[in-house]
Amino acid sequence: MSDRAQRISIWFFIGILLFIYGILICGTGIYELFVPPEHPVVLAQLRPAIWWGGLLLLLGAFYCYHFAPGRSK
Amino acid sequence: MLNFLFQRPLLMAGMPARLFSLSSVDLLIIILYFCFVLGIGFYLKKFTRTGEDFFLAGREMTAWIAGLSFLSANLGSLELMGWAGASYQYGILAAHWYWIGAIPAMLFLGIVMMPFYYISKTHSVPGYLKLRFGEPARALSAVSFGFMTVLMSGINMYAMALVMKVVLGWNIYFSIWVSSLTVAIYVALGGLLSAILNEVLQFILIWAGSLLIPVIGLIEAGGWHNMVQRISHNLGGADYTHMWRTMGSFTDNPMGIHWTGIVFGLGWVISFGYWTTDFLVVQRVLSAKDMRSAQLAPIIGSAFKMMVPFIVILPGLLGLALLPMKLLPEAQAIATGGHSYNEVLPIMLARYCGPGLLGLGITALIAGFMSGMAGNVSAFATVWTYDIYRPFLKKVKSDQHFVTVGRWCTILGVLASIGTAYLVMHFASIMDYVQALFSFFIAPLFGTVLLGMLWKRATPAGGFWGLLAGTLSSISMWAWVWIDPTALKYIALSTHARDMAENMYRALWSWIVCVIVTVVVSLITRPKEDKELEGLVYGLTKLPSSSHLPLYKRPMFWAAVVAGVFVVLQIIFW
Repeated sequence: MSDRAQRISIWFFIGILLFIYGILICGTGIYELFVPPEHPVVLAQLRPAIWWGGLLLLLGAFYCYHFAPGRSK
Repeated sequence: MLNFLFQRPLLMAGMPARLFSLSSVDLLIIILYFCFVLGIGFYLKKFTRTGEDFFLAGREMTAWIAGLSFLSANLGSLELMGWAGASYQYGILAAHWYWIGAIPAMLFLGIVMMPFYYISKTHSVPGYLKLRFGEPARALSAVSFGFMTVLMSGINMYAMALVMKVVLGWNIYFSIWVSSLTVAIYVALGGLLSAILNEVLQFILIWAGSLLIPVIGLIEAGGWHNMVQRISHNLGGADYTHMWRTMGSFTDNPMGIHWTGIVFGLGWVISFGYWTTDFLVVQRVLSAKDMRSAQLAPIIGSAFKMMVPFIVILPGLLGLALLPMKLLPEAQAIATGGHSYNEVLPIMLARYCGPGLLGLGITALIAGFMSGMAGNVSAFATVWTYDIYRPFLKKVKSDQHFVTVGRWCTILGVLASIGTAYLVMHFASIMDYVQALFSFFIAPLFGTVLLGMLWKRATPAGGFWGLLAGTLSSISMWAWVWIDPTALKYIALSTHARDMAENMYRALWSWIVCVIVTVVVSLITRPKEDKELEGLVYGLTKLPSSSHLPLYKRPMFWAAVVAGVFVVLQIIFW
């Protein structure tokens, strides 16, 4: 197999990064549920960190699975 | 814990040195990003052995990778911060630079021009000029491109460092050196391959980090119509939310421009010049694995380009509607210690994003800056190595030698850009300065390349003298207005025209000068033989047909879809 065929897809790297970011951001949002910040941002009651972080986590997990080195063509 | 100014009356009075502080999770997100882009650079080094690998990413990119990279290289600091600031200053008129100022040209590149670039197997746009018009035209184009690229890269660095200073209070020189050296390392290691794949990563992060601002902003404003009403109320009834209906007169719109300037100056000359001849973006498409991918890449890029105003223009409009204070022109902001138009995006970020999301938003800004820088640096390395170093300094050397030169050139290009960034600090308006640069070099180049591709009678002498005359005329017009401001009424057709309008018209005139000189000189000089122009000129090149493909796989079909959406957007926001 050539070097190029063995190269890991960039989408896999993106998946890893989004997955980690999702955990960090969603985790921070959940933490703030229990320990509210001293100076909340505008519309903090919408809890954007939780749902946006969750979306990143799911997207990252999908990319990691779909473009995993063993699966990619 | 974050320290948001928006919770404080201080925002309206004495301005502190920075907008907010980062929490540890924000810092972790930013550090992870730097680790990833560097790691990808180190990982890809072993895949870049030949000149084709280093300078054209092995010509193996899919349409999606090339298309996203094509757009991401353009999403530098000027796009994210500059145009958000421009939309605060000029309203929705700034979206013209994303729609009529981009979409037709990107589609034209994919459908009409890409076949000639791709079939000629050129490494660069100056390389195409060499094949079509000879060495003098290539030399002129390569030198002017190198000059412009270093300046652009310097502007990118300055803008990024400014964000870091304003947002985080970081030292401006520290920001310039850390970010630029990171780019230098990953591009020098993996060449265009590393630049392109990192640009795809950066593209995703830009959207992930920026998309929340317009979403939450629209919720706060109560929807689009309420936002429009708030803007109208805040600005005393001025129209900042229609794209065409205020274009009938120079005095009816905040940009001080007439529709002819937008359509012919921006929509034709500047836009087509940038998107079809600026090697920074064209290089990404040249890396495509086959002709169909090369044609589809700009079309995919154009579809995403149409959506970028959602994360760039809309935050500026939301700033007009929602911010409790008025942002100022750059020079005034520096003099008074206030916040400038260019800071509207980080200010909106601070308004809505708490820990974690804030780090992601800052990462999006840094990713934008770095993709723009990497685009400039990789294009500069290619043009310097293939169009200046090889033909004029070291004609016969091994392929490996040129890869080594490309790597050193990347580092030297970054250092030159850092020097430029220091100079750029003295200019008040980032975007107006860039548009002036475009009109110097890009507009005449578009005239030369267009005639070269579509008119077989254009001669080498015509191409060279047309390009030179167009460039010199543009610089002369700029100098004329700089020395005598009343000359604006001749260049921009009105004394009410502002900087951007002046740039549009200057680009148009310089393009016309280039075309006229090229045509006249060509008609009195000897053209090349037809056989020398095969693969370079319309009518003498066998263009591939896509008629055997199903409709949904044809570039023309998707270009028509994008063009249809473009027209609908103009009508909606008329």
